[in-house]
Amino acid sequence: MSHAISDALVVTKRQWLQLVRVPEVLIFSTIQPVMFVLLFRYVFGYSISTGIPGVDYVQLLMPGIFVQTVAFTLAGTAVGLAEDMQKGLIDRFRSLPISRGAVVFGRALGDGLLNIVVLFVMGLAGFLVGWRPDSGLFKVMLGFIFLLFFGFAMAWIGILIGLSVRSARVANAAVFIAVFPLTFLSNAFAPTTGMPRPLQYFAEWNPVSTMVAACRELFGLQNIFGVTANSWPSQNPLEMSLIYMVLLMAIFVPLSIRKYVNVASK
Amino acid sequence: MKSVIAEDLVKTYDGGTVRALDGLTLDVSEGTVLGVLGPNGAGKTTTVRVLTTLLIPDSGRATVAGIDVIKQPEKVREVIGLSGQYAAVDETLTGWDNLIMFGRLYHLSPKAAKQRATELLEQFSLTDAAKRPIRTYSGGMRRRLDLSASLIVKPKILFLDEPTTGLDPRGRQEMWGVIKSLVRGGTTLLLTTQYLAEADQLADDIVVVDHGKVIARGTSDQLKRQVGGERLEIVAAANDLAQVKEIVAKVAGGNVSVDEGIRQVSAPVATGSKALIEAARQLDDLGIHPLDIGLKRPSLDDVFISLTGHVAEEQKPEDEGDVKARGRKRKK
Repeated sequence: MSHAISDALVVTKRQWLQLVRVPEVLIFSTIQPVMFVLLFRYVFGYSISTGIPGVDYVQLLMPGIFVQTVAFTLAGTAVGLAEDMQKGLIDRFRSLPISRGAVVFGRALGDGLLNIVVLFVMGLAGFLVGWRPDSGLFKVMLGFIFLLFFGFAMAWIGILIGLSVRSARVANAAVFIAVFPLTFLSNAFAPTTGMPRPLQYFAEWNPVSTMVAACRELFGLQNIFGVTANSWPSQNPLEMSLIYMVLLMAIFVPLSIRKYVNVASK
Repeated sequence: MKSVIAEDLVKTYDGGTVRALDGLTLDVSEGTVLGVLGPNGAGKTTTVRVLTTLLIPDSGRATVAGIDVIKQPEKVREVIGLSGQYAAVDETLTGWDNLIMFGRLYHLSPKAAKQRATELLEQFSLTDAAKRPIRTYSGGMRRRLDLSASLIVKPKILFLDEPTTGLDPRGRQEMWGVIKSLVRGGTTLLLTTQYLAEADQLADDIVVVDHGKVIARGTSDQLKRQVGGERLEIVAAANDLAQVKEIVAKVAGGNVSVDEGIRQVSAPVATGSKALIEAARQLDDLGIHPLDIGLKRPSLDDVFISLTGHVAEEQKPEDEGDVKARGRKRKK
C-alpha cells in the first residue's frame, strides 16, 4: 500500500517535471482563463445586470470562471493520457511491478494540483479587474479548496476518456463536446431566469451551477443567478456539490482503474 | 531450463474472425536468445504482449521464469524487462528524468535510482545527452534510452519487440552492438524482428511466425539447410546465354533455371566450390567471360519465401498502431 502511494507520487512528479521542462504549457493554460476573465468582464459585463444593487457583474463572474476552468481540467487529463497510450508509455507502465491504480491516481492528482497555479493567477487577474470577495480569508480559502477538489473529481472523467479514445485529437474533441455545454447551460455567466423552463431545471441541477452557487456563497454573495426554478440544488448548492463530487469519484475512479488494467487487452 | 514457455496461445479479435495468435507455441532456454521472425501482422507483437502480461490470451498457457503469466502477472512483472516497438519514454523529459522515474517505479530508493541511471547512461553512451529532453534525441538514441529503461532492475528475461524498426543503418548497427553485449552478459532474450539479417546476427534460435503460428524452428544454419544447399549462379554477357546454360547443365547435372531478362543462369550444386571451379574452367576454355559468377548460399529471405510462399514484408510505421489494434492486417 505504501508503494501504491509513492508510485502515484512518482507519476505526479513526472507531470511537475513536464511543466518545468516545457513551461509554455503552463503559461498558455493560464493565459486562456485570464483572457476569459477579461472578455466577460469587459464585453458582456456591461450588458448583464446582477440584479443586486451595488454588486458588479465581476463579483458573480469570477466564481463562474473559476468553476469553468477547473471543469476543463479533464481536457488536459484526457489528452495527456491519450498521448501516453499512443506512445506506448501506458504499456510500459503496465509492464512494471506497480500498483494498478498508481498511474491514473498520480495523473489525476497531478492535474488537480496544477489548478493551484491556474487558480492563483486567475484570482490575481480577477482582483486587478475589481473582484473583491468579502467573506473573510477562511471562507475564501475554503472556496478555493472546494474548487481544487472539484477539479480532481473531474480529472477522473478525463482519465476514462483518455484511455478510451484512439488518439489525443479525439480526446480533445470529446472533452470539448462534453464540457462546453455543461459550463454554458449553467448559472456561471448569466442568470438562468431567461432560459425556457425545462432548461432552467437542467441548469440548476447541473453540477457546474451548484459549484458556482456554492463558490458564490463562500465568497460572500447572494446566489441571484440561479434560484428561479427553486430546485433543491439551487437552495443547497454546497451540499449538492459535495454529493456530486462523491458521486463522480464513486463512478469514475473504479471505471478508470478497470479501464487502465484492461486497456488494449480487448 | 526454460525461461519462457508459451503453449498453444490463441488470441482472436473481432468476434473470432481475426486470429492474431492461432495456437502459437515456443520456448526460450535460459541464457539464450530466441528470435521471433515474421512479417508485419504475423502475431509477433501479440505474443510479446501476452508474455509481458499486457494481454490475456483467449486460451493457452504461458510461463515466464516459471511463473504463470495469466495467474500471477504481478510476479512476472518483477522479473521482466520490456522494450516495445515505440520508444516508450516521456519525450518532454530528459533522459535522466526518465530513468529516475522508472527507477523509482521499480521501487529503487532515490539514491539507488540515481546510481543506476548514471550507470545505464554510461553503458549506453548517453551520458552527454542525459540532461537533454528526449525529443532532441536521434532515433537510435531514443531506442537505447528505451532499452536502458527496461534494464533498470537487471531483469532475468528481456523482451525486445522490433528493437530496430525504423532506425537508419547506423542506428541499427549501434543497437545490434548494444544487444550483443547484453547477451554476452548472459541475459535471456526474446526478440521479435522482421529483419532476417537481425535474427541471423543476434539469435541463437529462430522461430518463424506467420498467421499467428510457428511455421519453422531452428538455428539460422538449420533453417537455411531446410531450404536446400548452394546454388551456382552465372550472369552471362550478351550472346553467351545458350552456351552458359549448356555448361551449367553439364556441371550441375540438370535442374537449370534461366532468367532471360538479366541473363542469369543458376542451378543447385552438391559439390560446392568444385562445381564453381569446373564451370569457370569450361567457360574459360571456350573463351567466355561471364559478367558475374559465384556460389550463393540461401539467405533467410529464401528460407522465408520457401516456408511461407511470400516475402517478408517491410513494415510501414504508420500502420503500426492499426496492426496493434486490429491484431493483424496483411497487405496482399
